Amino acid sequence: MPVSYVHLWLWRSVVLICLVLGVSAVNGESKSDTHHHGNGSSITGIPIVSFKWHHVETPYLIVLWILVAGVAKMVIEANHHVTSVIPESALLICVGFLFGGIIWGADQKQTFSLTPTVFFFYLLPQIILDAGYFMPNKLFFSNLGGILIHAVIGTCWNAASVGLSLWGCHQGGAMGDIDIGLLQYLLFGSLIAAVDPVAVIAVFEEVHVNEVLFIMVFGESLLNDGVTVVLFNVFDAFVSLGGEKINAVEIIKGIISFFVVAFGGSLVGFVFGLLISLLTRCTKNIQIIEAGFIFVLGYLSYLTAEMLSLSAILSIAFCGICCQKYINANMDEKSVITVKYVMKVFANGSETIIFLFLGISAIDKTIWVWNTGFILLTVFFVFVYRCIGVFFLTWIQNKFRLVPLEVMDRIIMSYGGLRGAVAYGLAMMLDENKIKEKNLMIGTTLIVVYFTVILQGITMKPLVTWLKVKRASANEITLIEKVQNKVFDHMLVAIEDISGQIGHNYMRDKWKHFEEKWMSWFLMKPSARKKHDLVFDVFHQLNLKDAMNYVAEGERRGSLEFIRNETAFIDFKKKFADEYSEAMPDITVDMSDSYAAHSSMRDTVPSISLELHDQNTNGLRETEDINTHHLLQQHLYKGRKQHRHKYSRSHFTVNQDENEVQEIFQRTMRTRLESFKSTKMGVAPPKTITKHPKKDQQQKMPNGKSTDNGKYCHCDDDDFEFSGDDGASGYDPSAGSFPMRVTYRPGAGIENPVFMPDLDPMAPMQIPPWLAEAELDSSTVALSQRAQTGLPWTPSNLQRLAPLRISTRSTDSFMMADVPASQRQDEHLPPPPPPPPPSDDDRGHL
Amino acid sequence: MGSSSSRLDRVPGAKDLMEETGFSETNILCLYDRFEVLDREERGYLRLEDFEAIQQLAVNPIGDRIIGAFVFPGRETLDFPSFVRVLAHFRPTDTTWSRSGSQPEPANSRTRKLRFAFSLYDQDGDGKISRAELTEMLQAMLGMQVTDEQLQSIVGRAIQEADLDRDGAISFDEFKKSVEKVDIDHKMSTRFLR
Repeated sequence: MPVSYVHLWLWRSVVLICLVLGVSAVNGESKSDTHHHGNGSSITGIPIVSFKWHHVETPYLIVLWILVAGVAKMVIEANHHVTSVIPESALLICVGFLFGGIIWGADQKQTFSLTPTVFFFYLLPQIILDAGYFMPNKLFFSNLGGILIHAVIGTCWNAASVGLSLWGCHQGGAMGDIDIGLLQYLLFGSLIAAVDPVAVIAVFEEVHVNEVLFIMVFGESLLNDGVTVVLFNVFDAFVSLGGEKINAVEIIKGIISFFVVAFGGSLVGFVFGLLISLLTRCTKNIQIIEAGFIFVLGYLSYLTAEMLSLSAILSIAFCGICCQKYINANMDEKSVITVKYVMKVFANGSETIIFLFLGISAIDKTIWVWNTGFILLTVFFVFVYRCIGVFFLTWIQNKFRLVPLEVMDRIIMSYGGLRGAVAYGLAMMLDENKIKEKNLMIGTTLIVVYFTVILQGITMKPLVTWLKVKRASANEITLIEKVQNKVFDHMLVAIEDISGQIGHNYMRDKWKHFEEKWMSWFLMKPSARKKHDLVFDVFHQLNLKDAMNYVAEGERRGSLEFIRNETAFIDFKKKFADEYSEAMPDITVDMSDSYAAHSSMRDTVPSISLELHDQNTNGLRETEDINTHHLLQQHLYKGRKQHRHKYSRSHFTVNQDENEVQEIFQRTMRTRLESFKSTKMGVAPPKTITKHPKKDQQQKMPNGKSTDNGKYCHCDDDDFEFSGDDGASGYDPSAGSFPMRVTYRPGAGIENPVFMPDLDPMAPMQIPPWLAEAELDSSTVALSQRAQTGLPWTPSNLQRLAPLRISTRSTDSFMMADVPASQRQDEHLPPPPPPPPPSDDDRGHL
Repeated sequence: MGSSSSRLDRVPGAKDLMEETGFSETNILCLYDRFEVLDREERGYLRLEDFEAIQQLAVNPIGDRIIGAFVFPGRETLDFPSFVRVLAHFRPTDTTWSRSGSQPEPANSRTRKLRFAFSLYDQDGDGKISRAELTEMLQAMLGMQVTDEQLQSIVGRAIQEADLDRDGAISFDEFKKSVEKVDIDHKMSTRFLR
């Protein structure tokens, strides 16, 4: 396994390098190409094929780079053991170094680097919009005070202290001979002061610290942009003015401009947020493009703020924060999902590109003006003053905070002061005419960025573990918790009323009333307003989720029949609930990771899906449950359609007649049954539609009566097989694919345990035509991909499964379900050798 | 304002209360002022009507229950020490307090806080949240939009989530477990009582 892994990795790397070389080669060509282009005015005839690289150069390169970044990320993410130690952002920077080196080698100069324009206009906005749109509003606003203190005072402190200290050291002679004045130091300090949202997201999302700590660092990084922009602009102006022209008026103007920039930016964002909400109120007829409005208007808010020289980052962040609730309520559920994913694609993509280019930009001889004193002192001061600032500010805050920040939290907050591309972008914007040492500053900024992102990023996780910082609890919401949270809210408001204090909760309550009364009325569709209730919402979501698990579980066991067939289900439940109870938690853990953390809550719940059924039948008329059922049906049909599609497309065009199909199936089953009976040790090769003659044994479900019943559930194509008595020892896991078939009679309970050891992820590819056709028959159910891949096949399981062969009832098989569940986790089915990989992954994810 | 010690004198039993609940002088004084405001007829104790006169409480969906937690049914009145003792539940948890101490658990401990919250549900005081009690609570909080049937299934679901011993009701331990991930200190503390 590891060997093949390495091979895969190598192969990918080679592909990558080829790609890059291709790019640089093409790029080299482009220069010579321009000459041809200039001379090529005299054409002799109509060219049939012409190579017009110049024509497509820019977009082509952009797209290629996006592709390269994506592939780089893919390669990095494929190596879990690396990413678990080194954060992805750091790895991307390193990949950037590599690419940068290659480009440098090919071109002898840095052709590609991150320019401020590209960064601020095309890469940054979507990341910030994403951050705002997915901002946990309640958490953010309840910590807003602390966040603002850090963002405003903390950033100013960082800028001033770093700038002044560097200047002091300069005066002391630590830098040698460089031409930087006090104002320029302060300018440099202001650009290096800001904690970078992109870097913070990238590092902290892998660490999972507790949410208060996260919001403090992240909120600060988001909001301090207003401060940075102002400081940068002010000092930039001061540098241009020159020291002697700065007087009190200018300084006061600077301070005023801070408020204007920060609040103005937020206001612009707020207005655009309202605009989006209003727009989505009336997009009922253009649901296809309604998702686009968020991006367009969000970007517009960014550009508007930029145009008015307000804080663009604050603007787009607040735009996202304001509109999230209303657009989620207003838009169609599908559009909400679209927005969610598109947002993530954009944000993640540009984050990747940013880090990649941060690496690439470093390989450029021209920016490296080495000054040991300056660089080392900057790194040192940035780190030290961050710590001092955080500790001092949190110390003050703790006097007022309801729940004080612990020392561990404060350490992580200090350590989380990551600098990133924003600082680099600002450094690139410095005016070379005014600041002689621009390149030194760029280089130093890069060093600081690498130091914080790579070194601090890598050490962040161990530090968090070592300090035992409170981690985020898995965010599995339960109804009772939701209800209880609401009770808490009401309770606190009541207590504040009784004790006659106007506190946080009072304000929040007032805001909520106002919001519900006016803003929702104004910004939300009437229909959406009605549905809006949190407890109810959670219930709805839990129901949907359970329904999905229910289906998944059913499919995994190979039968969906019980979903539609009441009696079958009850039968099933009665029989198997007990045996199954131990296994269920494990199964749910397997089914979705999100359940893992939650399982402790439900440990004693024997089966989520089983229990849920009671609920479903209870409130069958509820819309949720109708939806649920609808969902179930959809899943069912979708799954089968895919089977059918594949089959009717690829091999089988005959067997259109349904009866014929049924007949064939029955015949097959009968022969199989006989062959099974005859071979106790079973060396009989599959007789019918066998595609894997190498299987030495076969077994199928004894399904006595079902042959004449005419209704079958068949899972996949051929034979379900495993060896008999010696199966435990003689089983060869690499033997790839052997599909199985199982039958059961609908209406009489589940006759057929479909979680038998079918190990073939490929199986659906080989469904015989009769099955493909049979899906039209509503009583037949195909086993899903998940159901098959999830099957147990360790030797011990097989032993346990052995009784299956003689039993005619499915009871036994259900009993066996418990073992597999716990063992499946670490199983990786080897890909079956001959046929192409299965392409129906999507069915696995319900 | 005058010196705080002289003001503290007018609060009966202030020192003991501070000792017992951990409130500071300012807290006690502040609460005493509030107590006097609520006690409009200057009887020296509060009655149910005094609480009901608080306007905002009338619009609070669980206002009745909160009042019930102050003025126990049967006992019509509430004196200042009891008033303070109830409010002591809402003081942020002390980080210094440790379980090893021999003194009784202070009112602002996690368990006591939860006990208070639990009692809001458990109106009949049998130590369990029954289905009916939870339904009542939810009915109060969900408003009109939810039909009875929906309510029932939500209740059923919620009980099922928390009910570990399958007796169809939520005991205090089960309740405690169901909210174990919730940061109680955040949710059941008010800043000014610190």
